[in-house]
Amino acid sequence: MTTTTEAEPQPRPATGRGDRVFQGLATAAGITILAALAAVFVFLAIEGVPGIGKPASSYRPLESFWPYVGRLLFGTVLAALVALVIAAPFALGIALFISHYAPRALAVPVAYVVDLLAAVPSVVFGLWGARVLGPHLVPVHAWLDEHAGWLPFFAGPGSVTGKTVLTAGTVLAIMILPIITAICREVFVQAPRLDEEAALALGATRWEMVRLSVFPYARSGIVSAVMLGLGRALGETMAVAMVLSASPVYTLNLISSTNPATIASNIASSFQEATPDKLAVLIATGLVLFVFTFAVNFAARAVVARSEQRLRR
Amino acid sequence: MTTTLEEAPPRRPLTMTAPRLPGWAPVLVGVLAVCGSGLLALLAGWGAVAVFALAVLGFLVALPLWSLAVEGQRSATDRLMTSLVWTASGVAVVPLAWLVLTVVRHGLPEVNASFLTFDMRNVVGDQQGGIYHAIIGTLLVTLAAAAISVPIGLFCAIYLVEYGKGKRLARWVTFLVDVMTGIPSIVAGLFALALFVLLFGPEIRLGFGGSVALSLLMVPIVVRSTEEMLRLVPDDLREASYALGVPKWRTIVKVVLPTSLGGIITGVMLATARVIGETAPLLVVAGKTDSVNVNLFGERMTTLPVYIYYQFTQPGTVPFDAPPGTEAPGIARAWGAALVLIAIVMALNLVARLVGRIFAPGTNQKKG
Repeated sequence: MTTTTEAEPQPRPATGRGDRVFQGLATAAGITILAALAAVFVFLAIEGVPGIGKPASSYRPLESFWPYVGRLLFGTVLAALVALVIAAPFALGIALFISHYAPRALAVPVAYVVDLLAAVPSVVFGLWGARVLGPHLVPVHAWLDEHAGWLPFFAGPGSVTGKTVLTAGTVLAIMILPIITAICREVFVQAPRLDEEAALALGATRWEMVRLSVFPYARSGIVSAVMLGLGRALGETMAVAMVLSASPVYTLNLISSTNPATIASNIASSFQEATPDKLAVLIATGLVLFVFTFAVNFAARAVVARSEQRLRR
Repeated sequence: MTTTLEEAPPRRPLTMTAPRLPGWAPVLVGVLAVCGSGLLALLAGWGAVAVFALAVLGFLVALPLWSLAVEGQRSATDRLMTSLVWTASGVAVVPLAWLVLTVVRHGLPEVNASFLTFDMRNVVGDQQGGIYHAIIGTLLVTLAAAAISVPIGLFCAIYLVEYGKGKRLARWVTFLVDVMTGIPSIVAGLFALALFVLLFGPEIRLGFGGSVALSLLMVPIVVRSTEEMLRLVPDDLREASYALGVPKWRTIVKVVLPTSLGGIITGVMLATARVIGETAPLLVVAGKTDSVNVNLFGERMTTLPVYIYYQFTQPGTVPFDAPPGTEAPGIARAWGAALVLIAIVMALNLVARLVGRIFAPGTNQKKG
């Protein structure tokens, strides 16, 4: 920049100022992002921290904050893990299908369908899950209760309405499928072509090729994709709020009609009748959720960043 | 070495190829699996879903077993994994198709001119109500959100690509933008609520709060997509412009941005489509009302997703003289609104892709 000002004695100062203003704007926008994230934390803390020590009536049916948020956090993690267990294998399969297995004519439409799945609003997923999927899953609940009842997850008795963690988890699984698939697909496609061809040339079957030359390369990508999916599932509100009928319990039982709520769904469903005290409590649980998902996402992104550095070297 | 050479030839009969299943083997197994499970289902009286699941299961067991018997273990594994991958992709299409079909089937009878032009003021029971107020609310809130997040997102991307190369601040911004994409939408809503409650007192609910919450979700998407598009602009263009003595900011405005305009518009529209269906933050800050409100800065404002949620949770009762199987009026309205919402989102997606395709071939360079 300095060289140009030397070279031409024309109206440089004006453009110099324009440059400075423009750069200032751009930098300010970048800093706004940092400020926004900090503001989220600060404002939630200002409004939420008082919610930790409210009178016992705000935490009904429990007495104080930590047991209250503990049960909610448990429910949140449980529903998210169920979603992950269902979604991850499918997502891996679909990503492999699109990147390595499908003929070109099929890969593009399948990828498009998965992307469209991401575009469906969560409230529509909730409506569908509660009114259509839930009732259709009732026989599955009964079957699981009958044949897998010895597992703590399916201890039963099976719900007759389908408003269970299992149903909510299934809806969540469908919702997080696109993001996991998209990231896995990207990583799989980038696997070095030469390694793959070498594996095939040595007589590996296609699966062996994938296992030996694609997976090792993609491992950290898969981990981070799954964790991002987890982060998405942890924070999802409407689908769970509409599907689940909740009560504050610790239970691993996925199919009975007493289910723990998630933090997000609890906020949505008890927000309307909230007194100012209760509101502060709800915001405090929101702060807990924010910190938790932030940690999960932070870890996921850090894994990606580290592996990117390693691959570049 | 020499010893093995002498030993080897007489022991093994030399075959050039391993035995393989014929090419039509998967088809045969598939047909047999469908027939077998169909037969079983006829005997046991199961539904279509059970037949299908059983057929898939039969295929997944039978083909690898056959392969194991003929081709050996490695091929059997390969065939098993191939079938699993195909099955996974096949199953993935089911939810979308099922969901869209359900929404269209339940929603289509609801949507008509009155539904689109009535609001819910003084609507009791199954009287004709509508979503006019919710559509207005959705459009206003989303437009305001876009008005906030597009400039910030655009300038942030410009900073990352043009100014921040290699700086520590830029690395942090990139990283935090990634983390920001994972903020739960309800947390964004609570943030906006906390902000406005702190400014205006605990009873405040306003549409603009929803816009603030949505823009928190929208900014990272805009930054990501814009950044990607700006990086695609070849450096030659920038250098050519600098060489002509054009200052950097004019280069960005007149050369870099016009070149990547199509991609940026696509990204912004996709981001809009993403946030237009958000429910939780609007539920929290924008609240709910039954009448039309066109003032973003005062009073509650219903949006389509929130409308769906409240019609779902407070559906009203089925009129006593209705034919059996009739859904509560609120549920019916919720399906109708869901159809309209999905139509809006899909339209935005399609148009975004169309815009992307029109601008995509970089051959027709329009000079700004």
